[in-house]
Amino acid sequence: MRAGQQTTDIGSVLTFPHGVHPPEYKELSCTRPIERVPFVDEYTLPLGQHIGAPSRPVVRVGQVVRRGELIAEPVGFVSVGLHSPVDGTVTAIELVDHQNGQLVEGIRIRTDRFSPQVFPPREAINPSTLTRDELIRGIQMAGIVGMGGAAFPAHVKFSLKPDQSVRILMLNGCECEPFLTCDHRVMLEQAEALLDGTMILAGFLHPERIAIAVEANKADAIKVLRQEVARQGIPVEVIPLEVKYPQGAEKMMISAILGEEVPSGKLPIDVGAMVSNVGTAVAISEYFRTGKPLMERVVTVSGTALARPTNVLVPIGTPMQAVVDFCGGITHPEPRILLGGPMMGMVQKNLDVPVMKGTSGILVLTDREVVDPVTYSCIRCGRCVDACPIFLNPARLGLLARKGLWLEMEEQHVMDCFECGSCSFICPSAIPLVQSFRVAKGLLREKKIREQTNQ
Amino acid sequence: MMQEYIIGLSILVGLGLFFAVILAVASVKLKVFEDPRIDAVEDMLPHANCGACGQPGCRAFAELVIKGEVKPGKCTVSSPEAIEQIAGFLGIDAGAEERIIARLRCAGGKAEAHHLAEYHGTLSTCRGEAVVNGGPKACSWGCLGLGDCMDVCEFDAIHMNEDGLPVVTPDRCVACGDCVEICPKGLFELIPESQHLYVQCKSELEGDLALNRCSVACTACGKCVADASPGLVEIDHHVARVKTDLRHLEAREAIRRCPTNAIVWLEGPQFASPSRNRPAFGQIEPIRMEEDLENHYWQ
Repeated sequence: MRAGQQTTDIGSVLTFPHGVHPPEYKELSCTRPIERVPFVDEYTLPLGQHIGAPSRPVVRVGQVVRRGELIAEPVGFVSVGLHSPVDGTVTAIELVDHQNGQLVEGIRIRTDRFSPQVFPPREAINPSTLTRDELIRGIQMAGIVGMGGAAFPAHVKFSLKPDQSVRILMLNGCECEPFLTCDHRVMLEQAEALLDGTMILAGFLHPERIAIAVEANKADAIKVLRQEVARQGIPVEVIPLEVKYPQGAEKMMISAILGEEVPSGKLPIDVGAMVSNVGTAVAISEYFRTGKPLMERVVTVSGTALARPTNVLVPIGTPMQAVVDFCGGITHPEPRILLGGPMMGMVQKNLDVPVMKGTSGILVLTDREVVDPVTYSCIRCGRCVDACPIFLNPARLGLLARKGLWLEMEEQHVMDCFECGSCSFICPSAIPLVQSFRVAKGLLREKKIREQTNQ
Repeated sequence: MMQEYIIGLSILVGLGLFFAVILAVASVKLKVFEDPRIDAVEDMLPHANCGACGQPGCRAFAELVIKGEVKPGKCTVSSPEAIEQIAGFLGIDAGAEERIIARLRCAGGKAEAHHLAEYHGTLSTCRGEAVVNGGPKACSWGCLGLGDCMDVCEFDAIHMNEDGLPVVTPDRCVACGDCVEICPKGLFELIPESQHLYVQCKSELEGDLALNRCSVACTACGKCVADASPGLVEIDHHVARVKTDLRHLEAREAIRRCPTNAIVWLEGPQFASPSRNRPAFGQIEPIRMEEDLENHYWQ
């Protein structure tokens, strides 16, 4: 189903059915160029920064490490390497605070204050001389994960089964979450590296079409990318999409561009689509051209309670406190701190946790944006049904969740919910819909694990 | 007019008689013999269908008891008298089962645990709190204190105390395991009631790092290991654990030197007032970091 085509000065705009229009707040930081955060004294690197098995340390306490050196190796296929963001000394391998509120194994590195912190340049590898397996292995060892937020290891996504083929390679520059502007700045400032990374991917995925999808509110990025594509003369389409949440979810992008729906429980590759974040493509280009592994990333630091909202290039492992201080500090006595966007991001209780590979934004909000809502009864208005991008019935699921009928929720496909939060956003009675679906999904997953271990 | 009534009535009566004959024949021909003792035993069981015995319900349990595959004592909900009655009725041994109850592996309530934030969510359950950054406590293993276990307990055995911790009433607990499943932090354990020595902490942090987050955390100092009989207490992942199968060796001596009262001697419910002489969080001096100590030294 292809809904809502309209024409603007950047061409026709595609979109998916349903969705919501949250206020954008992007003007706070979208004009700020990417700045580098100065090096701090200590870096904390949790070993499980990605989805999958945590990496295994390959350094000892007291060992001197160089910038970009491998400090933890992947364990198994769904796992990636981890690299030191600075020249320094490993001070501890212990339990450290993770962004999800748990304490996990991590490596602490104390920065060498006298080091120039230069990444030693390495001879570029020509990706076209490598086999597909060597490229996949390279992406894994470089520690590259999906930079959109979920931090799924990129090489797992790119390794195709023999019967799979890529019809379309899509680069995701939608950035539909309010406040976030890091992908916007990456597309403006690193368009060349972005297209280079795209062509490296295209070189071994052999897609029929290559597209970069950008929401129409980033008209300047669309123009820059189109100019760069024309200059290099490569077969890449830049497709403007309607400004709507959750346009950047991969299944919604496929629905908008291909007009096809990814079936329940299937992956985008099952309909021949490969979706990757623009930041991931830049990281791949940097790794093959300069040998630089994923050890720093662009983060939007924004919010109404922040003195100087901006976009920053942060070494992985920098404490959030240092990043917030660099951006002028917090101006509100009771800030609400979020990692990622306001719709799907994680609330934080602790500014000591480090920036990780999946951190796309640090938002410091006030009680004006984050209100403590009062929940009323469901008035059956059906707005959540009209908002849900995957056509679930959140009102019914919410009712079942209140009664604790988890198995009935599974029958109503709660496991397909990807927790975009459109239902909770639109609900006039402030019913905690997506929150209870997350609880239900957790309970159902635990139940499945229990059943498997009992057998 | 009258005739139509009679025709209708006689058709219905005829149909009724026809099916009655079929049912009468079927009840004789297709009769399944069922032991009448199953009904009798089921009546003597508590009808809780809790699943604590490992069976899907009380009737399935009754069937197994009559087959002799399990002992009546396996039912943890029945009173000893009721079990004796079943055993007497069937003329079998009641089977002495060790009484199992649920214990909470955390003692860090509102006063003891360090809170980094306040939870304002509209979903006021532990499960809802746990998906938001693991809850507001600095210790990621600690009890969240919103009482999901109390709500799920069908036997009214769990109550929240004023410190925000669930207290299990041992006499009411039947070890059905519902609280074990619902707790998002996995803090409940089913252990024999006869085990008195118990470590009320799950924090895998060591020493000062644990103490900086909760005043009753196990710091893995190893004093209880040294004071207890060999092998009874061991430290696993920086937290002391009492070995249940060696509980005949336990003695109060093991808790005497514990600096945080993480290991306790339990008789009856947990967190009972006499054993609570623990310091609240903040009463302990915050532990200085390495650099502060250096500065302190040079001054």
